[in-house]
Amino acid sequence: MINRFRTSFLAAPYAVWVLICTILPLFYILGYALTNDAGGFTLSNLFAITDAVHLKSLWLSIEVAFVTTIICLIIAYPVALILHNLKISNKGFVVFLFILPMWMNFMLRILAWQIILSNNGILNSILSAIGLPTVHILYTKTAVTLGMVYDFLPYMILPIYNALSKINDQVVEAAADLGANWWTTFIKITVPLSKDGIISGIIMVFVPALSSFVVSNLLGGGKVLLIGNVIEQEFTLARNWNLGSGLSIILMIFVLLSMSIMNKVDESENGGMLV
Amino acid sequence: MEFIQFDHVSKSYDKQLVLDELDLYIKENTFVTLLGPSGCGKTTTLRLLGGFEKPDSGRIYLNGNDITALPANLRPINTVFQKYALFPHMTIEENIAFGLNIQKKSKEYINDKIKYALKLVNLDGFEKRSIDSLSGGQQQRIAIARAIVNEPKVLLLDEPLGALDLKLRQNMQYELMKIKQELGITFLYVTHDQEEALTMSDTIVVMNQGYIQQIGSPEDIYNEPENAFVADFIGESNIIEGIMIKDELVSFLGVQVPCVDKGFGTMKPVDVVIRPEDVELGYPGKGFMDGVITDCLFKGVHYELDVQCGEYEWLVHTTKYFEVGQKVSLNVIPFNIQIMNKPESEDEEVMKEDD
Amino acid sequence: MTNVKKGASYLYLGLVFLFLYAPILVLIVLSFNDSMSRTVWGGFTLKWYMNLTSNDNIMGALGTTIRITLSSSILATILGTSAAIGIHYMKKRHAAIMLGATNIPLLNADIVTGISLMLLFTRFTPLGEFSVVLAHIAFSVPYVIFNVLPRLQSLSEACYEAAMDLGATPMYAFYKVVWPEIFPGVLSGFLMALTMSLDDFTITYFTKGAGVNTLSTMLYTQLRKGIQSELYALSTILFLLAFILLLVMNFKKDVRKEAKTK
Repeated sequence: MINRFRTSFLAAPYAVWVLICTILPLFYILGYALTNDAGGFTLSNLFAITDAVHLKSLWLSIEVAFVTTIICLIIAYPVALILHNLKISNKGFVVFLFILPMWMNFMLRILAWQIILSNNGILNSILSAIGLPTVHILYTKTAVTLGMVYDFLPYMILPIYNALSKINDQVVEAAADLGANWWTTFIKITVPLSKDGIISGIIMVFVPALSSFVVSNLLGGGKVLLIGNVIEQEFTLARNWNLGSGLSIILMIFVLLSMSIMNKVDESENGGMLV
Repeated sequence: MEFIQFDHVSKSYDKQLVLDELDLYIKENTFVTLLGPSGCGKTTTLRLLGGFEKPDSGRIYLNGNDITALPANLRPINTVFQKYALFPHMTIEENIAFGLNIQKKSKEYINDKIKYALKLVNLDGFEKRSIDSLSGGQQQRIAIARAIVNEPKVLLLDEPLGALDLKLRQNMQYELMKIKQELGITFLYVTHDQEEALTMSDTIVVMNQGYIQQIGSPEDIYNEPENAFVADFIGESNIIEGIMIKDELVSFLGVQVPCVDKGFGTMKPVDVVIRPEDVELGYPGKGFMDGVITDCLFKGVHYELDVQCGEYEWLVHTTKYFEVGQKVSLNVIPFNIQIMNKPESEDEEVMKEDD
Repeated sequence: MTNVKKGASYLYLGLVFLFLYAPILVLIVLSFNDSMSRTVWGGFTLKWYMNLTSNDNIMGALGTTIRITLSSSILATILGTSAAIGIHYMKKRHAAIMLGATNIPLLNADIVTGISLMLLFTRFTPLGEFSVVLAHIAFSVPYVIFNVLPRLQSLSEACYEAAMDLGATPMYAFYKVVWPEIFPGVLSGFLMALTMSLDDFTITYFTKGAGVNTLSTMLYTQLRKGIQSELYALSTILFLLAFILLLVMNFKKDVRKEAKTK
């Protein structure tokens, strides 16, 4: 009874929007990437990634993003599991508490970590107060990773929590009924059935971690140069838009690559552990 | 001590009492059905035996061993879940092998068992199929196969046929009985469907609001319900308030009728139960009372009639057609009149009002 | 045993909450700190809250932030909701293409989205508040669409047809039957768009042009000179507002639930 064809035209404004604000910009960035100052065709902006400096940044970004993702997963899975098993009436409220920090300005939250981690900061005051040696991690890779874990943790918790909520309780009971202990049930049933959540969590943490430049700026103090920082500088300081676009394209290729790897894992039959 | 024994088991959720001091004994190798309306505690009883819930008080014994504190995975009991609860990420083969893999059985043993179980549930050759490729009835069979390969001492079935259509449900009833015979283990079956219970069980346990109302064979339960709840829940009945004048004579609706029951005392208030198929209709004046047909519905096997006799409207099943408005007499042979004690405790009263 | 497990679970949750809220606590404390230094406690003061409204810089950025956030999330909600309805009734293949395109801003790195939009905007319009609003719509529309679509998919077509059968016009049937069903999705899509827009730095940073500042970009430029303490006060107020809103919403839900059980 619904005129599907006519109703589908409600999406027409959005279709136009997508063409102009999603597809067209990608052509623009590709256009800049494949040309030089004078407007001639070149591949040098793409190959610029092979410069030792750029290669080092890219590798560092991948390393930091990888470690961040793993730590997020390790912290987030138990959180999601505990939340899921929590026997209280308004779980939604507790889950919301994980999103609430986003309402404190992102820049300020990272800045607060600067205050906490600095050499005479809060963390070291606490450590020395209880007689432990102080740590000097601000402006190191460790601080940047910590900042990213902090910033992206909710993006790992929520999809896993949602995936766990979709598991039928009876399936878990069935495993116990068939003789599986807690651990076997967890490995063979809970984890495989929450795989979708784990995968979207990994994508939602890895991709922004790979391309972030603010956290490394604030907590790396200019000493930790990620690929995001290099691209930002090409646009703001060096004013070499062509090179910046070329590196952006490379970054995009890596994002697509990591996602297709994750999708492969998703399709694999065995449904085994991801980590 | 019996094979399975519930000893004063109580359980409540959120301060709401679901089971109150339940005592239940189940013999080995019987097909026992817990029957009752939703919320009567039958599923809780099953889950307590399966190990998915812990009782608040009381003990549960299996084969003389106290299993109250034993977790589900260590009990020699397997369950067929209401919505099947098959593992969606595994093939049929992997589903059935799940329990056997945990027991670390050999490959050959597992393969043999899978073959045997699939044959038993009439799904030979389905090993490699995925779960979503199966219909509801097929999933149900796989759930049964997955449970029985572990050779449990008791198989628990939680309304397993509830989601199937009528025809399939009837077929599965026969298959379940066949499987029961083949395996020779105890079946504990939970349902709210009285027909299922009457067809399959050796013993029926009728429950309501956390209490056992009656335990007996299907025939006992149907023919001699012990109280109004059972009478009303098992099939349709005419339940009439009456007074037991003396042994073998009861008075109801202003007439005195002979019956076969004894030992109720004299002038005791009772409930009289008469099954609709036991009422015989004849010409006016030939029975113990007269009435007028107010409704006649064709039901396939029989006609369902409403007969108004003064204040009371009888439900009658006959194979003969009667016209609405026709005057008839009612008669019941003494053997078919069932006398029940009036509920005494308040709880029982609640039960009666509840249905 | 189970008590130990329970205790360990709560302890773990508590530690994770501490991790997430520690920086926020630090910022709240700083907003009451009577000292220009970030690491020295100079005594309690409310002066940053008092001075807040007279700081034109901050008030300007706050105004810009609110204007951008509200206009972009409202427009994104309208655009996204109608898009979701349209996509729902499209042919499967067309819908798949649309959804693929919708995924691009979600999955692409923020920095690439920001830069590509900037490259486009510089050609057609001067960078400013308007371009930021367009950019924010671009990355928040997908959230609206993906919140509304599942609602539409779970909506039974029979309900809509029943309404028409009972004599409703298509508009009336939509308003009375479809809209109440998808509204929660529209609302959560709107709230997500709002949150994303408010929290965004990267895309704003690349598309804003000179002279325009949201709170985030203003903070970024102030990092080297030192943060004005009024900003701690303002952020504390915004955060507490969100927190109170959450509490009220939660309380209301409880009351409604109770009313239902009665």
